[in-house]
Amino acid sequence: MEWINAIVQGILVGGLYALFAAGLSLIFGVMRLVNIAHGDFIVGAAYIAFVVIHATGLHPLASLILVVPMAALTGYLLQMGILNRTLGKDILPPLLVSFGLSVIIQNGLLTIFTPDSRKLDAGVLETASIDVLPGVAIGYFPILIFVTAVVVIAGLQYMFYNTALGRAFRATSDDSEMAQLMGLDNRHVYASAMALCLAVVALAGVYLAIRSNFDPFMGPGRLIFGFEAVIIGGLGNLWGTLVGGVILGVAQGLGAEIDPGWQVLAGHLAFLVVLAVRPKGLFPRIAG
Amino acid sequence: MSEALLIVEDLQASYGDARALHGVSCAVNKGEVLALIGSNGAGKSTLLKSICGLVNHTQGRIIFKGEDITRLPANEIVRRGIALVPEGRRLFPSLSVEENLILGGKVARPGQWNLKAVCGLFPILDEKRHQPSTSLSGGQQQMVAIGRALMSNPDLLLLDELSLGLAPIVIKDIYDLLPRITGGGLSAILVEQDVTRALASASRFMCLQEGHVSLEGEPKAHSREAVTRAYFGT
Repeated sequence: MEWINAIVQGILVGGLYALFAAGLSLIFGVMRLVNIAHGDFIVGAAYIAFVVIHATGLHPLASLILVVPMAALTGYLLQMGILNRTLGKDILPPLLVSFGLSVIIQNGLLTIFTPDSRKLDAGVLETASIDVLPGVAIGYFPILIFVTAVVVIAGLQYMFYNTALGRAFRATSDDSEMAQLMGLDNRHVYASAMALCLAVVALAGVYLAIRSNFDPFMGPGRLIFGFEAVIIGGLGNLWGTLVGGVILGVAQGLGAEIDPGWQVLAGHLAFLVVLAVRPKGLFPRIAG
Repeated sequence: MSEALLIVEDLQASYGDARALHGVSCAVNKGEVLALIGSNGAGKSTLLKSICGLVNHTQGRIIFKGEDITRLPANEIVRRGIALVPEGRRLFPSLSVEENLILGGKVARPGQWNLKAVCGLFPILDEKRHQPSTSLSGGQQQMVAIGRALMSNPDLLLLDELSLGLAPIVIKDIYDLLPRITGGGLSAILVEQDVTRALASASRFMCLQEGHVSLEGEPKAHSREAVTRAYFGT
């Protein structure tokens, strides 16, 4: 039963990793930007929620009503103000700038919020659970995380392939010069993608902060989990990203079952195995 | 003399240190098809790209419908009514045929061209509308590229190397349709390697050579030899 429990919990936490990864995948897909600061965005969103909750006394989940739009707006402005200036034929400048942003965000958070670890208190939601099998209890909160991940990925998938915005994303990703000749303003298209990315990041950040303690330096670790989920699932495949997150979560759960010290290592090993056997990921996008 | 739709004055453009256009001036009147000929590297594509805003020209002015569009970004220029059918077609591979066309109509200028009209012009596209654009043959892709440009209902259509890489029979089909496209008063600049075909389809022509205008006028007004000289610079 312990093993089944580890697998079930692993699947559910995989939803959180998929939420880490979805925005990363979207941004890489639309503008070929490898966003090193993505993990720090997640932690930054958690701190925004922390401030909002302190100011308003809202429940963490209710705070999302404010935190998601705030994050999205920040993403739009960040893209317009900084990242758009770095995009071009060379993929190195945006990479370096995002690395710089990562350092700035971490140290900015450190200065403002001190290195103390924080947590968002979601009350009874954190502990409430349902017994599905003897010895296997599923928490409502992990279920909520997983369902959110499925809804977000289904929503992104629909947006990408069935809406005018998704068409603009795909066209700009294909050929940004021609997309401009269709009347699309690339800067606005990229900023919209970043806004959407940060909206998902806000969800991930708040869930992360309810689930565990967070501090200013937690970002890079979340970035790695996000990257691994994207690569395991196959670049450019959103449902693959969810599967990648689940595989990562299950590997970590099983690793922890063997020895608590193996939790993170087992996840990395699963990632390395996939990378060695299927370098393009399990579900690579079929080339048009 | 009808009113000029597009006036290009003393345009200079370069790629890094390589100067592609050395002060080119030209004009296109309403309803006119201007053929732009010249050998490889003469600056034909650069001129088209400058007009639609993809190349930053260093000097000169571009006036469209009496308005200076020299410094406007490409996405604004298409709104004013200039559309490009680019060399090599450059369809969006992630988009279906229909989506390529719909995106072409994004600027939604009023006019006769819409999805139905484009599919009427190229019936094969109606059959293939839900297929990925890359699954089409070269000629069909060229039809999508033309349709995509028409969807914005431009006043000036820039056609760059329509025949590139296509079978002669397909080229003929496409050129046979050209009068139906330009018939509605649409002006066009036609860049073409095949000089005979270009001159036959145009009311006026301009020959570029190493970034300079080497000859211009009505096709009938110049001898074959004069055109050859202007083309090769001998």
